[in-house]
Amino acid sequence: MTVENELSPTKVKEELLKVFPAKVARKRSKAIVVNEPGASRQIQANTRTVPGIISMRGCCYAGCKGVVIGPTRDVLSITHGPIGCGFYSWLTRRNQTRPASDTDPNYMTYSTSTDMQESEIIFGGEKKLKQAIEEAYEAFKPEAIAIHSTCPVGLIGDDVHQVAREMSRQLGINIFAFSCEGYKGVSQSAGHHIANNQVFKHIVGRDDTTVDAKFRINLLGEYNIGGDAFVIEDLFERCGIELICTFCGNSDYEGMCRSHTADLNLVMCHRSINYMADMMETKYGIPWLKVNFIGAEATAKALRKIAQYFESASLAEKVEKVIAEEMPAVKTAQQDVKTRCEGKTAMLFVGGSRAHHYQELFREMGMKTISAGYEFAHRDDYEGRDVLPSIKVDADSRNIEELKIEADPKRYRPRKTKEQIKALKAEGMAIGEYKGMMPDMDKNSLVIDDLNHYEMEKLLEIYKPDVYCAGIKEKYAVQKAGVPCKQLHSYDYGGPYAGFKGAVNFFYEIDRMVNSRIWSYVQAPWQQRPQLEVGYVL
Amino acid sequence: MLLRHTSSEVQQRGALTINPAKTCQPIGAMYAALGIHGCMPHSHGSQGCCAYHRSALTRHYKEPAMATTSSFTEGASVFGGQANLVAAINNIFTIYNPDIIAVHTTCLSETIGDDIPQIIQRAESDGKIPEGKLLIHCNTPSYVGSHVTGFANMVKSMVTYFSESGSGKKLNQVNIIPGWVEPADMREIKRLCGEMGVKTVIFPDTSGVLDVAMTGKAEHFPKGGVTVEALKTTGDSKATIALGEVTSGPAAKALDVKCNVPCEILDLPIGLAATDRFIDTLRKILHIEVPETVTEQRGRLLDMIMDTQQYTYKKRVALWGDPDQLVALAEFLVLLDMEPVYIVTGTPGKNFLKRIEKVIGNCAFKAEVKAGAGADMYLMHQWIKNEKVDLLIGNTYGKYISRDEDIPLVRFGFPIFDRVGHQYFPTVGYRGGMRLLEMILNVLLDRQDRDCPEESFELVM
Repeated sequence: MTVENELSPTKVKEELLKVFPAKVARKRSKAIVVNEPGASRQIQANTRTVPGIISMRGCCYAGCKGVVIGPTRDVLSITHGPIGCGFYSWLTRRNQTRPASDTDPNYMTYSTSTDMQESEIIFGGEKKLKQAIEEAYEAFKPEAIAIHSTCPVGLIGDDVHQVAREMSRQLGINIFAFSCEGYKGVSQSAGHHIANNQVFKHIVGRDDTTVDAKFRINLLGEYNIGGDAFVIEDLFERCGIELICTFCGNSDYEGMCRSHTADLNLVMCHRSINYMADMMETKYGIPWLKVNFIGAEATAKALRKIAQYFESASLAEKVEKVIAEEMPAVKTAQQDVKTRCEGKTAMLFVGGSRAHHYQELFREMGMKTISAGYEFAHRDDYEGRDVLPSIKVDADSRNIEELKIEADPKRYRPRKTKEQIKALKAEGMAIGEYKGMMPDMDKNSLVIDDLNHYEMEKLLEIYKPDVYCAGIKEKYAVQKAGVPCKQLHSYDYGGPYAGFKGAVNFFYEIDRMVNSRIWSYVQAPWQQRPQLEVGYVL
Repeated sequence: MLLRHTSSEVQQRGALTINPAKTCQPIGAMYAALGIHGCMPHSHGSQGCCAYHRSALTRHYKEPAMATTSSFTEGASVFGGQANLVAAINNIFTIYNPDIIAVHTTCLSETIGDDIPQIIQRAESDGKIPEGKLLIHCNTPSYVGSHVTGFANMVKSMVTYFSESGSGKKLNQVNIIPGWVEPADMREIKRLCGEMGVKTVIFPDTSGVLDVAMTGKAEHFPKGGVTVEALKTTGDSKATIALGEVTSGPAAKALDVKCNVPCEILDLPIGLAATDRFIDTLRKILHIEVPETVTEQRGRLLDMIMDTQQYTYKKRVALWGDPDQLVALAEFLVLLDMEPVYIVTGTPGKNFLKRIEKVIGNCAFKAEVKAGAGADMYLMHQWIKNEKVDLLIGNTYGKYISRDEDIPLVRFGFPIFDRVGHQYFPTVGYRGGMRLLEMILNVLLDRQDRDCPEESFELVM
């Protein structure tokens, strides 16, 4: 299929909007942008979902419990609410984890819930929650318990934070709660923020033990879907970089407690974790760098940035050695798949970072991204952090707490002097910066926030991309329309796709999808040639 | 070990559910509503519910599961969801153009007390419901019952909203309420009835909706599903057969009360005896002969059971899932001389315990049975740790116990996220019984082949 299309992107946009009632069309119009790098086009993002439109989005609870808190294996999560939320978030996100031994704690295979009943809705659920925490402690003996509120909890006014404090005192372990009711905010994004806040308040900085290592870092916003974090950990180890904690994938409580002892924070998923990076910088003096380990070139770039940040020739040397070891296999695979994939087209509608990161991989295999957008991002994820001061906080976001953070009187230690930061920036190192997705996309590509089912169908119909990337809800609708769909939340139960090895995996996975012969069998022979020309004389 | 914290010491729990054997009402209502032709299920609550339900149904069926949501924000949660629902109705009809929208509630909209019929009236008076388009609703508070309750509530709503006794003249047809079974099962029930020469209205009917053929063209509303016209005639049917007391009973009773259609409430036709009762009931109420072809199907299942009985005899089984399935399944296992020793459902219900007692009461083995609060997969696993079983039958979540304890698992029920087959091949009727038995035998025989000493490795089994 060709990239050339009869319709101009502006016309396509009109097509997408045509069916909507006037009010909806006005709103959606602001979320669909014909890209022009350098022209600082504004996109509407992080605003209310249109009721009834079939959005891809989930809720605040999903962002908090499902995304940020869920992947840490030894923090026991209790869902406070009716049974559904705990059930649906039970093992469905593929965060892999590797406890140090067979006896080390791992609660990720368990779903625990207060299974609220009508009587608790009427008379309050605090008593049941307290009892549930006691029972959870008896069964699991965890060091930390996280309580997640679901919709009715906020409505009936259960004070989950008070319960957490009280039970924490009683049991002598760290218990904290998240007011992550599903209706808060406009998407999963509110849940990320709430999770960041509570993890920062209740976990980070609890243990000042320092590891004796030269290059200490945290990796933020890496959730170890399909083993991505394992690949990245391996690279760090070979380069001699000490990973204190990943927020949150293959992560444990101890690492989180000590994460403030790191000297650099690397940010993968900017959307879900930038709050943590900012707060750690303000309180402890740890600078952060936006990186991307999706794509071989991007991975090499990220590793080089780390070496550059630490201003260490020995680290730079090790990094180059690792890159040199890994690149040949990538190049071989790249050349191979390019013969079959070059020039093909992709669309990506996923997450708050992946729609950006995965364009790298498609580029490396010679494929072109013709349209992309996020499910729950904010304007800064599209346009870059420079727009942050100009983002208006609306009623839906105002209720999500912004923590007031100050420098820790004892533990604040700027890892770099102002002069050093200035010098690094002058060298082109974007410390504490993120330019967003739009500058990296082609002119005239369509950038669409919070895409809905109708718009998706129209895009498929108009552009007929060779591959479409989204999530489980979209997967089979896309494929029924004759276009292969790659899930970029769950990776279709494959992966890893991070780092050099991951890039090779991804190349061959996409090669399989866009070149599979099965798509040529959609029409039966009698549908292809319905006319009977010659037949037996009967 | 995947479930390394599960110990054999059973503690008393009164507040904490661990690894549930149920989920919440709305997903059942959504699944049932998908069984109406041209219907858009609508979840009145925050958008996460709808996203979770659609994801779960999609993972289970590997098919699109279309549904919409009111996308509550904090404002809607405080001031009520009327504005959101009215806007949603307008948007859904304008953008997706279904024939009918089936609204179900969530714990959120139930807690704030949104009055759905009143909001529907409002949408109507605001002119948001186009001519000829329909809206139905049911209440599905997530803090009552389980997913099964939600399914039953939506099916009952189909009767409340649509069933009419028009001319007073009975039509030559029977209503079949199939219960929460797979599209393939609904298809098989229709086929069996067709073979019996019985004209049926089956509702809901997800065949042709969640097992759609690949054509290269995506349809919002596939060919399948019971039509509203057919639903309207259910009040004039000769009788109703409700399969599954919990999922289908309430609708059948409502139809009897509303339109005077007599009903027979039977078990799901899983296994030989339950299918016998289904066929025999059809025969008796309609005064028809059972065709030879149906008796032959029965004979084949019977033959298969007799041929392989030595492998199922006295095998201990743990089951978890939904009440209607468990009752019929336990009965079938007993007929195979198996021993369903642990039976767990998160769905509350005293009658379930009585029914199970009736099925296994006369057996020589001792069984642990639990329903409702505290009846979860964690407890069942603890029982297994105390005294092992030979086989697990239940949904995908059983694979963690299966691996840890090295016990074979037959996937049955909802959800099945990690295998295919359940969408396409029925487990109801005689042919479904054969498939179920085949699945059971295959894992047991594979296990024997794997574990036996080399000298007793058998070629012929």
